[in-house]
Amino acid sequence: MHGLVNRALQEFVKDTYGADIWGEVRDQAALPFDEFESMLHYDIRLTKLTIDAASAVLHKDAASLLEDVGSWLVSNPAQESIRRLLRFGGTTFLDFLQSLEELPGRARMALPDLDMPEIVLQTDTPGRFKLEIRWALDGMGSVLLGALRGMADDYGALVVLEAEPGREGAEIVVIDLLDAQFAAGRTFELDAQMR
Amino acid sequence: MTSPQHILPDPLVGLSGAALDRLMPLHVWLSPKGQIVRAGPTFRKMVREADIIGGSIFDLMKLKRPRLVSKLPDLMALQGQRLTLMLNTAPHLTLRGMVVALPGDSGAFMNISLGVSFAEAVAEWHLTLRDFSPCDQTVDLLYLREASALTSHESRMLTERLEAARIVAEQQALTDTLTGLANRRAMDTALARTLSNPQARYGLMHMDLDYFKRVNDTLGHAAGDHVLAHVAKVLRSEVRRGDIVARVGGDEFVLLFRDCDDPDLLDRIAQRLIRRLEQPTVFEGKTCRISASIGTTLSSYYTKPTVDQLLSDADQALYASKNRGRARHTFYTPDLAPG
Repeated sequence: MHGLVNRALQEFVKDTYGADIWGEVRDQAALPFDEFESMLHYDIRLTKLTIDAASAVLHKDAASLLEDVGSWLVSNPAQESIRRLLRFGGTTFLDFLQSLEELPGRARMALPDLDMPEIVLQTDTPGRFKLEIRWALDGMGSVLLGALRGMADDYGALVVLEAEPGREGAEIVVIDLLDAQFAAGRTFELDAQMR
Repeated sequence: MTSPQHILPDPLVGLSGAALDRLMPLHVWLSPKGQIVRAGPTFRKMVREADIIGGSIFDLMKLKRPRLVSKLPDLMALQGQRLTLMLNTAPHLTLRGMVVALPGDSGAFMNISLGVSFAEAVAEWHLTLRDFSPCDQTVDLLYLREASALTSHESRMLTERLEAARIVAEQQALTDTLTGLANRRAMDTALARTLSNPQARYGLMHMDLDYFKRVNDTLGHAAGDHVLAHVAKVLRSEVRRGDIVARVGGDEFVLLFRDCDDPDLLDRIAQRLIRRLEQPTVFEGKTCRISASIGTTLSSYYTKPTVDQLLSDADQALYASKNRGRARHTFYTPDLAPG
């Protein structure tokens, strides 16, 4: 599993709960190093062990934990870069939703070896979307659910998000777009220096 | 068999201004005199003038390549070619364009893209996602530029952390990288450990190469490195397992002989070392000649010595050898002490 994925998990724990808690997670997962490196690759078992350990140390089920990771990824000021990259997906939340299938391709433009989920977007009825997600590990649906919640705030859209049991290893997120322009949302300048 | 295109005339397409704006936000429609009939919203944003209709295109931009042009017929001669142009609002940014004729000599139609200066152009004119057609990959380029800046930042951080770790490892290293012998830190540690046993018997030799600087200066550093590696090999072959040989400076070596404080034996070893090191070696066809001066001190000279004292006494014996004309071996005696 790409170091960026592991490091996101690590930085989330450190940023939200402190370095001591990360130390506990690391010990419980018996990681053979202090920190994940974002540009290295790790055995997927280490990623799974880290998720399980964090879940145990924080007394949170894996789905809630990963949902928090997803929200943190797009709303934490230190990760502004990720929010920006996602905002390239479109001018409105609807455009953004429809660009999600492109997300793995976009990520691979920058990092050809990044482990990205397979994403399929289906439109159920107008305003209702189903996101079908397949990944090497369970839980990417939860991460995306958290991230979508953060991005909806970013765009100023009012949405209801729900995880639904999927079939054959797929995870499903149901998105009800109630109001695309509910609030002002945050601005997005194409030019990074304008921030 | 004739294709339909050969029978039918080139069909014309009618598009509304709003459709043109969406399809080509950077278009300019020109009259036969080169006046602007209409222009796309992004073009208007970039020329920063509210009222451009009826004005000459040549007041707003300069064509740089294939050649300077200031009249519409000259521009029309470049139909279909790749144009390099600049807008007067930002003459330092080169844009890309193409012009085609409109039917019946009714003017020209030009489309523009940001070219390779896209990032600067977006910053200069404060362009947003809405200023581009979804078919224009400029936004993807911006995305890619930002994403790769991020990943190269991450790579740089990794390299910096690895470099810091390498420096720490080097500081903690116990081996001299050039010769593979122990280094000064390893020798200090070994000596301290030996001294911690008051019953320990040992001999400590300090050796300095003679004429090494001459080899380095006349035959080059590669020859010098070759000599040092050769010396290391000779020293290693003259000690037993458990003895320690360290390179403690450019051409300085320290040998710790454990469980041995026999002056006769150590003198024989020292003399043999000098003899062997004096045998010339050949490096890339060039003959390297060196010798060595050695000073030795023995555990039997002391009751409770310190590491510093031992090293300093061996050093004084070494300098006595140098003073006696080099290529010698001297045992430490208190009367060698300066002053």
